[in-house]
Amino acid sequence: MKYARAAMFLFYLLLGAGPALAPLGTGPAHSMAVDAVTLQDPAQEARARAIMHGLRCLVCQNQSIEISDAELAADLRRIVRERVAAGDSDDQVRAHLVGRYGDWVLMRPPFKLSTLALWAGPPVLLLVGGITLWLGLRRKNMQAPPPLSEAEAAQLRKLTAAD
Amino acid sequence: MIIELGHFALVLAFVLALAQASLPLIGAARGSAALMAVARPAAMGQLVFLLLAFAALMNGFVTSDFSVQVVAANSHSAKPMLYKIAGLWGNHEGSLLLWVLILALFGAAVAGVGNNLPASLRARVLSVQAMIACGFLSFMLATSNPFTRLIPPPLDGNGLNPLLQDPGLAFHPPFLYLGYVGFSMAFSFAVAALIEGRVDPAWARWVRPWTLAAWCFLTIGIAMGSWWAYYELGWGGWWFWDPVENASFMPWLAGTALLHSAIVVEKRDMLKSWTILLAIITFSLSLLGTFIVRSGVLSSVHAFATDPARGVFILGFLVLVIGGSLGLYAYRAPVLKGGGIFAPISREAALVLNNWLLATACATVLLGTLYPLLMDALSGGVDKVTVGAPYYNATFTPLMVPLLILMALGPLMSWKRGDLPGVLSRLRFAFGVSVLGMLLVWYLREEGPVLAVFGIGLGIWLIAGALTDLAERIRLFRISPYASLSRAAGLPRAVWGATMAHAGVGIVVLGITASSAWTEEKIILMQPGDQASVGGYDYRFIRAEQGPGPNYTALRGQFEVSRNGQPVVTLEPESRSYPTPPMDTTEAAIYPMLSGDLFAVIGNPQGDKGWSARLYFRPLQSWIWGGALLMTLGGAISLSDRRHRVGAPRRAAAHGRSDAGAAIAAE
Amino acid sequence: MNRMQWRRFIPLGVASFLAVMLFIGLGLDPKIVPSALIDKPAPQFDLPPLPGKEPGLIAADLAKGGVSLVNVWASWCGPCRIEHPQLMEIAKIPGLRMIGLNYKDDPARALAFLQQLGDPFATVGADRSGRVAIEWGVYGVPETFIIDGDGRIVMKHVGPLRPEDIKEKILPAIAAARP
Repeated sequence: MKYARAAMFLFYLLLGAGPALAPLGTGPAHSMAVDAVTLQDPAQEARARAIMHGLRCLVCQNQSIEISDAELAADLRRIVRERVAAGDSDDQVRAHLVGRYGDWVLMRPPFKLSTLALWAGPPVLLLVGGITLWLGLRRKNMQAPPPLSEAEAAQLRKLTAAD
Repeated sequence: MIIELGHFALVLAFVLALAQASLPLIGAARGSAALMAVARPAAMGQLVFLLLAFAALMNGFVTSDFSVQVVAANSHSAKPMLYKIAGLWGNHEGSLLLWVLILALFGAAVAGVGNNLPASLRARVLSVQAMIACGFLSFMLATSNPFTRLIPPPLDGNGLNPLLQDPGLAFHPPFLYLGYVGFSMAFSFAVAALIEGRVDPAWARWVRPWTLAAWCFLTIGIAMGSWWAYYELGWGGWWFWDPVENASFMPWLAGTALLHSAIVVEKRDMLKSWTILLAIITFSLSLLGTFIVRSGVLSSVHAFATDPARGVFILGFLVLVIGGSLGLYAYRAPVLKGGGIFAPISREAALVLNNWLLATACATVLLGTLYPLLMDALSGGVDKVTVGAPYYNATFTPLMVPLLILMALGPLMSWKRGDLPGVLSRLRFAFGVSVLGMLLVWYLREEGPVLAVFGIGLGIWLIAGALTDLAERIRLFRISPYASLSRAAGLPRAVWGATMAHAGVGIVVLGITASSAWTEEKIILMQPGDQASVGGYDYRFIRAEQGPGPNYTALRGQFEVSRNGQPVVTLEPESRSYPTPPMDTTEAAIYPMLSGDLFAVIGNPQGDKGWSARLYFRPLQSWIWGGALLMTLGGAISLSDRRHRVGAPRRAAAHGRSDAGAAIAAE
Repeated sequence: MNRMQWRRFIPLGVASFLAVMLFIGLGLDPKIVPSALIDKPAPQFDLPPLPGKEPGLIAADLAKGGVSLVNVWASWCGPCRIEHPQLMEIAKIPGLRMIGLNYKDDPARALAFLQQLGDPFATVGADRSGRVAIEWGVYGVPETFIIDGDGRIVMKHVGPLRPEDIKEKILPAIAAARP
């Protein structure tokens, strides 16, 4: 993502280059994702921005539509604002876009059967790793220490005899 | 001609690497001193030839020799010299040359100063190092030759991408590579030890300095990349959990675990299995990162080359190296059983906990990074998800919290059997200070997430904890100040290094918490004369005008920033339009202060409503970079400790028990 | 090997699994977003026609029986130019209704494009703002949809159509869409 601008460069390159998907539009220069039309109500605008922050730009390689300069991102921002102004809840706005573009467009992967391993993975790994370590260390600690070698046994006798 | 010589040098290096990879290994197995002795000159020779090859390619870039394909594709006569030089590693082929050069550098270093290593171990280490080199060199010679000619040569090159003409970005790859490739030493030592069938404390003494050096470089490399993103991309973001960022972060996490694990091997002859595994995994993650960046397997802006043939080659190489080393590990695991036991509360236990949490965190990042690919592959392309920051915030961050809390306790614990109540009581000052800090922050900043308060407390806890460790060692307030001072002067550098590094982490935590939670942002359209207040600072828009630059046209804005009527700074952000290749960049105007950064961006006017402006106040933002620097400095100071200096084991034996005794007691 | 000892093979096992996944991954494109509308009815939005290409995109017509192909294109799109011969080929398939969705384009330029390269479309709807395309889940041009007689989307192809794609993807999809 630190090379997002390289992505924009790649876009311009792709537009002229061969068989590749042409991104929608050649983002207006210096648009900086500052939209001319924002929601009047600051609370609603803040909500809209928060939702945009969690939606992935489809042509940008790891940017949210909140900050992307791509035309498609601007179009999607417009839709988010419309839906927020129409009274949709955050989940409903997201569902509207997921209905058209799929789960791919969410920055936060959804909880569903196919993402079970993704979400359950870290806690399971933590637990399993922890239990394995605990058992392994306990077993090792319960083992008798290795028997003394001849020289060590002789040394021990000498030392204890001297008491 | 020079280019062809460079190509020839590359081939010679490959031949030497082949010899170095095979003969010393056979020699070590047979006990043949003559064959083992091949390693040293071969390693030196490899370095010499790769330096020649590198110089030849550098010459091509510096003289803008467009008959060389990579120069034509990535350079331009109008580029400033600095970026012509940096252009060498800004592409797939050239960066591979840098990779193998650094690999040879480390190999030659071990060959040069490794006289205290047992001959068989050294031979095996250099062999393994050469095997890795063989893989990369054969890949280069077969598919990614930097010395390919372009006939007829074009009049000028293609590579004037303004994005890459930036000091931060230009020099971030060498640091990263020094880190990535530096971990190859630990890997080579690990595999050599597995082949030998023996891991003793001397081995750990050897591995630690190399790992520490690599870790320092990687820390700086990652920080540089982050810092670049912050000032260049125009939104103040500095970490995006992009696959390529993760590819550099995972070796860092594993490398940190390795560093700490090696301490236990050295001091207590335990955790050998863990440490060997971590050494293999850390470098494997470096290699995996190389693969991800060059294969197009994951969606990331950094893709160098998405040629399937190259991808298959690299994957094959990965399978050989990683599969081979992990297979060897599985085979040899029984001989790695260490001696000694320790109580559940002890420094060993703390370090095991440290390993466990870091390894889980690393695995989490790996899971998140590769999951889109896993799902795509297993669902046949029907069901795809993407994994963004919210996932990592929900999984990675909770793993870090217990680790960070424990970081203050670990250094205070004694080996074998620790005194938890004693340690906790010694930390009560640190605890008190952090609670005080949390209350203060809670009072001053009502808005913002509750977790942020906890984050501040954590950062203070870490800094205070590190200082507590120092205070304990010099018996501060328990003996006379003069005596404390003389103790401080006598402390080994490694102690200072560790204190600085741990405190550095605390500073980074504070910076991340504050800038994430309390950044204020205003995105508005402004007319000249308008004023906006952000974070207690008043931005006053003076003017904006279009003007020419050396190879671009720029929209230059001017903001006067003041606080409570007192002028602070004038910020002049720019928005640049480059003609060839057509590209726009934002040059944010940033004013870093101790309390936070002022950050301004300007964009085109929207009709007659005014110019678009983004204004920020980002509290404690620079503490992130500062903390990272402190961490690196701590690592470097640790590295300069005489006990880490190569040859220390022999000197310790020569000077007798007192030296080693003092060393162990001081830790 | 006792109970505990098999654990040493875990790292190798995990690495092997990942290697297989990465190998499969080399043949996949992570940038392609799969359609969320497969087996769902085509979006119920109509588009006015390009001049001379009446009646435009009429959603109801898609459900009136017979397989349709909707191709999203624009005159400013380079890859659209490259795939156009394939569209001309596909247009020869009997019983297939070819509908164009002209995305964010100038009508004069769009018509000139068709005049210059050939016109495979029975009708073309003009989406000047791009909103209807978003309803279809379009994120780039060109994209191609196959719709069955009940108006359900049965296939979406992202990117330009290569000659192989006609045989490998389009024809099978049309065959599957037929009752």
